[in-house]
Amino acid sequence: MSTLIQTRRGFLKTVALAGGGLALGFQLTGCSSKAINRSNESQFMPNAFIQITPDNTITFFMPRAEMGQGILDGLTTIIAEEMDVSPQAITVLHAGVDKAYGNPDLVMQVTGGSTSIKAHYQGLREAGATVKAMLVAAAVADLGINASELTIENGNIITHDKTYSYGEFAISAGMLAVPEQIELKDSKDFSVIGKNNIRLDVADKVDGTAVFGIDIDFDGLHSAALKRCPVIGGTVKSFDAGDAERRPGVKAVVEIFNGIAVVADNYWQAKSALQVITVEWDLPALAKISSSDVKQQYLQALDEDEGKQWLIQGDEKTPFENLAKIIEADYSAPYLAHATMEPMNCTVKIDGDKCDIWVPTQAPDIAQGVAAFYCDVDKDSITIHSTLIGGGFGRRANQDYVAEAVSIAVASQLPVQLVWSREDDMQHDYYRPATMVRYKAGFDDKGQLQSLYTKAVGPNLMPYMMDSSMKAFVPDFVPDGMVNWMSKRGFDLYGNWLMDEASVEGLYEDYEIPNKEVRHVTVDPGLRVGYWRSVGHSFSGFFKEGFVDELVFATGKDPLQFRLDHTQDNPRLNGVIKAVGELANWQQPREGRFLGIAAHESFHSFVAEIAEVSVEAGKLVVHKVYCAVDCGVVINPDTVVAQMEGGIIFGMTAALYGDISLKDGMVEQTNFHNYQIVRMPESPAIEVVIVASDEKPTGVGEISVPPIAGAIANAIFAATGQRLRELPLKLA
Amino acid sequence: MIEFYLNGKAVQADVPGDTPLLWVVRDEFKLKGSKFGCGMGMCGACSMHLDGESIRTCIMPISAVAGKQVTTIEGLGQLDTLHVVQAAWRDINVPQCGYCQSGQIMSAAALLAKNPVPSDADIDAAMSGNICRCGTYPRIKQAIHNAAEQLNSGVAYFDPQAKVGGQA
Repeated sequence: MSTLIQTRRGFLKTVALAGGGLALGFQLTGCSSKAINRSNESQFMPNAFIQITPDNTITFFMPRAEMGQGILDGLTTIIAEEMDVSPQAITVLHAGVDKAYGNPDLVMQVTGGSTSIKAHYQGLREAGATVKAMLVAAAVADLGINASELTIENGNIITHDKTYSYGEFAISAGMLAVPEQIELKDSKDFSVIGKNNIRLDVADKVDGTAVFGIDIDFDGLHSAALKRCPVIGGTVKSFDAGDAERRPGVKAVVEIFNGIAVVADNYWQAKSALQVITVEWDLPALAKISSSDVKQQYLQALDEDEGKQWLIQGDEKTPFENLAKIIEADYSAPYLAHATMEPMNCTVKIDGDKCDIWVPTQAPDIAQGVAAFYCDVDKDSITIHSTLIGGGFGRRANQDYVAEAVSIAVASQLPVQLVWSREDDMQHDYYRPATMVRYKAGFDDKGQLQSLYTKAVGPNLMPYMMDSSMKAFVPDFVPDGMVNWMSKRGFDLYGNWLMDEASVEGLYEDYEIPNKEVRHVTVDPGLRVGYWRSVGHSFSGFFKEGFVDELVFATGKDPLQFRLDHTQDNPRLNGVIKAVGELANWQQPREGRFLGIAAHESFHSFVAEIAEVSVEAGKLVVHKVYCAVDCGVVINPDTVVAQMEGGIIFGMTAALYGDISLKDGMVEQTNFHNYQIVRMPESPAIEVVIVASDEKPTGVGEISVPPIAGAIANAIFAATGQRLRELPLKLA
Repeated sequence: MIEFYLNGKAVQADVPGDTPLLWVVRDEFKLKGSKFGCGMGMCGACSMHLDGESIRTCIMPISAVAGKQVTTIEGLGQLDTLHVVQAAWRDINVPQCGYCQSGQIMSAAALLAKNPVPSDADIDAAMSGNICRCGTYPRIKQAIHNAAEQLNSGVAYFDPQAKVGGQA
């Protein structure tokens, strides 16, 4: 069985391939077919996604970044399924920067927002099916047979007596027109989609051969270390390099826009020499802010500022009049660091009017644009070589480390690899925004939940993203001063006029309540913020699920049943709540252990989690976490399970430890001794069930993070009666 | 000049004695499998074996390894000669981003060399120095149990030390 579909006219196109063969790319209307820059320079080919050469090499130019979420495996599996080849038979290369590789959901060439599978599923299936159809057509013509006389098996075309590889028809196929009709497989005929496979990137990750940004090396490459102002945004007033320039291996000491860098033959020489340099800084306004000020600003805004309205639904005027029971509570979450295991790094080689950059990035097009701003090379002559990423979690959507590395390469006139220390990373992040929320809910005299009021306070993400990426999108003729001015416009726009969905997402949507009002007050203490795995949901999942649990206990209902009752019109959320209850055997009491549940929709996927905890002598132990997920059609079930496990543990670090605090504008945390990460002994057993679904596939990289803090907090309440409304969770 | 054994081979490093082993291995010997994570011995991404013990090489001065055996992930096993721990990692898809996994594998291999049947508590204790930000701990634990089972079933596996002439 298969489905015949019309190809979108002009959506796919063949591409001339030096040496002959079939290369299929996505056609972009109005897009020039200029040379793209990509990781394999051996052949020119614009816009290509898939190519087959006569030697039967099948190459997929992966448009997204692999940072652990398994997208390399996921996207390759989709193509392989429709091409009828094994995923292992496909060579995967990182695509370079080109409009063709933009994220269909995000326009820019960004990997984030759990979009990759959702955005590429249909397009890559069509591409794979088109390649197969063209190879078959070429075989029919070349062999002078009818299509009914051949079968396809695992990348081979088989006729009565002979077996041919796809590659044998690559040249002929490359001369055919893209067919107007192709067949997509019926899902029940899938042979690799929906199956547990060994991830394609795993082999290189167990023997040390996987190449991350920090592993890039070549003859003549130097190492750089950078001293920045301890308060983000500060600039150099004056500095004393001491004997840094005379120290072993040191090639240059240079000043750049935000600090003083040492360039040396190797990392240890650069890092050691940096220590003798003293800098006097011009401090930014942030230097007047400490964490106590942040809290006070937020509380004052909750009390005194109405903020802007994001949503109003139902009774707009008197939603709380004549209600029998009103419940109010404030929740709060701190700034958080991403703390990716691979510190920020970037390798830059400028050669006259050409520039090569090797970088682990979630946004190669922004990296290219930012680089162009900081050097005298045209954007089109800057080649971005994406590498595997040692943890992204949103941190590598910002390209500040690219700006620094390029500036150091320009100032020193040397090829350099800038490697951040862990202290640099912890103290110069784009942090998850600290946020507070005030909730108010009302029940009528029949015990029915009628009204929900939500007011959130905190900074917005969008102005910081604009600030850090504007340089990538403003045309070259705009003067730098103007670009810098434009970069800052977002703060006024989002402070006074627009609302940032990321500031309120997840606070109010999930449960059926007749009257809802959602407001947001922009209070920005000035510490830069960014996208952190699950973004606004990273705090709203905890706020909403904690507060809903308070409502449950105020009405004497069962926490799981209450959630089922209020999700009748949301069958997929209802489905995961039910599934996790069955998985955990929710009604079954456990000796000395207590359960808490939380559920949350984010990024078009649905997750419910139950935490099983004990609290003895003031010590919390999370023994087990149960998780049910509905993400539509599943590409690699084991990857979905892995992402649920990993997101739960990532979220546990935020639930139990994560707290970035400020003293006189400086981030107080510096390394893993004072920014603790969940380790093996605290890591619970995790059991995951995937709810079967025929819905379109959606992302899984972030969705298990939002519910976990709420599930643990609610379990703590069940165990102790303590209602913890602040992250990280601290027992009284 | 400091002399030591790197993956079984006698080598010399002409670097200041306070240079951490990690950076000597990465920058001088160009073995990039061992990673830099914290520079404080807090995360374990840099773990190598020093005379069979899993150690944090970002804080281990090269002067302290003179005359000793250093084994890195590259010396433990490669694609066609995987150590039983590496194979166990691969078989249940332990790695996500993969950055910390060289260190995790080195710590796990050192544990199993000393304790062929580790309990969950033994694993917790031996692996607590290795952070994984992707949260692969449940699979690491499972993979160690699987590797232990494999070892104790008597199935022959690649021994990197044996390959280099029995130096242990």
